[in-house]
Amino acid sequence: MTSQLLEMKNITKVYPNGVVANQKVQFSLSEGEIHAIVGENGAGKSTLMKMMFGMEAPSEGEIFLRGEPLKLTSPQDAIDKGIGMVHQHFMLVPSFTVAENMVLGMEPKKGVGINYSEAVRMTEEMSKKYNLHVNPKAKVEDLSVGMKQKIEILKALLRGAKILILDEPTAVLTPQETEELFRELKQLKEQGHTIVFISHKLKEVKAICDRITIMRAGKSEGVFLTRDVSEQDISKLMVGRDVVLKYDKISKPYGSDILSVNELSLSDETGKALLENVAFKVRSGEIVGIAGVEGNGQTQLVEALTGRLSVRRGSIAVKGTVIQGYDIGRIRSLGVSYIPEDRMRQGAAKEASISDNLISTQYRSKEMNSGLFLKGKTIGKLAAKLIEDFRVRCSGPAQPIGMLSGGNMQKVVVARECSTSPDLLIAEQPTRGVDVGAAQFIHQKLIELRDNGSGVLLISADLNEILELSDSLLVMYEGQIVAYLEEPSKVTEEELGLYMLGLQRQDDGQIRRAVES
Amino acid sequence: MSSLFDVIFTTEFAFSVLRVTTPILFAALGALISNRAGIINIGLEGIMLVAALTGVIASAYTGSAWLGLTGAVMAGTLIAGVLAFFTLKFKTHIILGGVAINMFASGGTVFILYLLSGDKGSSTSLPSKVLPTLDIPLLKDIPVLGPILSGHNVLTYMSILAVFVVYYLLKRTPLGLRIRSVGENPQAAQSVGVSVVKVQYTALLLSGFFAGLGGAYMSMGYLSLFTRDMIAGRGWIAIAAESMGRSTTVGTTLTSLLFGTADALANALQVLKIPAELIGTLPYVTTVIGLVIYAVSESRMRGKKLKEKG
Repeated sequence: MTSQLLEMKNITKVYPNGVVANQKVQFSLSEGEIHAIVGENGAGKSTLMKMMFGMEAPSEGEIFLRGEPLKLTSPQDAIDKGIGMVHQHFMLVPSFTVAENMVLGMEPKKGVGINYSEAVRMTEEMSKKYNLHVNPKAKVEDLSVGMKQKIEILKALLRGAKILILDEPTAVLTPQETEELFRELKQLKEQGHTIVFISHKLKEVKAICDRITIMRAGKSEGVFLTRDVSEQDISKLMVGRDVVLKYDKISKPYGSDILSVNELSLSDETGKALLENVAFKVRSGEIVGIAGVEGNGQTQLVEALTGRLSVRRGSIAVKGTVIQGYDIGRIRSLGVSYIPEDRMRQGAAKEASISDNLISTQYRSKEMNSGLFLKGKTIGKLAAKLIEDFRVRCSGPAQPIGMLSGGNMQKVVVARECSTSPDLLIAEQPTRGVDVGAAQFIHQKLIELRDNGSGVLLISADLNEILELSDSLLVMYEGQIVAYLEEPSKVTEEELGLYMLGLQRQDDGQIRRAVES
Repeated sequence: MSSLFDVIFTTEFAFSVLRVTTPILFAALGALISNRAGIINIGLEGIMLVAALTGVIASAYTGSAWLGLTGAVMAGTLIAGVLAFFTLKFKTHIILGGVAINMFASGGTVFILYLLSGDKGSSTSLPSKVLPTLDIPLLKDIPVLGPILSGHNVLTYMSILAVFVVYYLLKRTPLGLRIRSVGENPQAAQSVGVSVVKVQYTALLLSGFFAGLGGAYMSMGYLSLFTRDMIAGRGWIAIAAESMGRSTTVGTTLTSLLFGTADALANALQVLKIPAELIGTLPYVTTVIGLVIYAVSESRMRGKKLKEKG
């Protein structure tokens, strides 16, 4: 084995809000290798990488570069030490030319002005040296995503990067662009550069990486030579449950169709498919789970279902009414409730009181509203009752919701969405960042709703939650439903992992059961 | 109607357009620099007012118009520095900071004026100096052009020079590149080690510098004394000119000239029998019309772009 270029020893990172993102993580990088860091969302990949690039400081542990201890206080430090990074969201100025973007912050000068022809020459030289073809005089805003990524790589190289960190570089690329990128990365490796490749696409990792560090729940699960492990092995180590929750659910036959989605397709402005022929239904008394690695179309699906995204191809019907073109208020009036994934931005108005937040979806109704004024007494009674029912720990209904803990805030959101006895509840990551007690409570409420005959669509990245609560389970990968599983509690994590990471997919007939059964 | 044309088609009128455009142009260039760095300086009006008073006081006590100008520009830069300090260091909202500067300037200048001259309205009792006018040899003898372009205050010529300086600064210097990158994508600038705060500080100081020149012109060129609230909205018009000029140096200069023309027209038409109050609204009506035209053309462009994308 070649010498260790960079080593991270016993790295622990605790964020000020108490979240432990990394726990005693070991990471080592050999000179001239392509090293993958794989793991699910929230496994701690990004945090580890931020510490490598000086954007965050580790709470504990040490970093060594060529055996020397390394203290990074800013990305500039990292750049000075020859560590470069290509961010997932490009750090480019759209109205500038390629050459201007390249030299920003280190402009070659002629008198008091910029020596623009020198900037162009530098860009061309780098472009030739690394075989990354860009037009130095083109404006960045006119370029494709793949081109922009090349500029980012060149930018890092121009600043002397020997170690290049790529954060999910293929997430935004077309398959052709991905292949091109891989060729370029291999070339960089031959020229002596070391590459850290962050991804959760196992095929790609297998294709170009020499070694793999697998992360799960903030810990590293080990380092492997890529040729020694199969995609299945990696998936097993990446996807797993820590604690098994158990809930008692009454089994009852399902009722009528509450939500039916048919052949829903959607693509972004560049023509990349976000959703492809998505079809399923939710029946009364059923919890349908949607599992998948984040960014595989779940967000767009929920936005389409809740009326925030207009969809032209395919249909969405709630209790037989096609809802395309309906505004959010009209969709809600059909008996649809929605627990958004981001309670801070969408779920609650932080400055408003608990009771105001509780009635925010129904203050227009006759019971709450006399036409001119809100009916304070009715509202007060309702708020007090919900606070008690949902065991929200607070000083009273008038307390601003922003002062509550995450778990209690989420309980208020859940209380609001459940209190209208909806026919369909769309719950998006309902227990993310919530303490265990509150999470269990919210789970109970979802089951209660189901037992009372509502349909629930549960979108979650938490495998525990989705496997335990769902009556049937859909797995999404790259905008498609790749599996329909009727007995989620009997599904193993390994099996689920294969679907989630795109290593396996059911045949169309099996998937169609989501609509036809 | 013929009398209207008699007023407009004269070399005196064209001369006055340049005369009244000067302060607007200076301030608009200031607005341009700070806006390009992503920080909107609405304190321009107040900065100009403070600079105008400082120029009068400094020139009266030193007996030199040039030291007065230096004092005015330093005051303008200093006030912008105060604004920058509060908004960039203590994260005061920039709009609130700007409003505070304007209110402080409006009241503070009257207070200081009263302390020094015992007069709350104007600085007639202070022996302040005026910056010289320049007759340009050769040019002044050319018919039509001569009387229009020659014989202006030295600051008017400086304002024209400033246009070229700002153009070069933004387009061709490292500072300009950084200012534009910070305004457009601060994360990108930060990621290559450009200090966003430092660049914004510099941009605000420069905007104060230019507004200071505009203020000095008001009390040491346009008029020869300080009167209370003498900027009379020119700082605001400059902000409008900058945004109507789509944040480009050329556009900003042209719209400043447009507002200057409206202002000059208002002055010229006062000899006709149109109520002075109505004429006084002309620059503002032009602003509104200008902004409407801008908004309509902008939304059309956007519509076109969307269509092209399909």
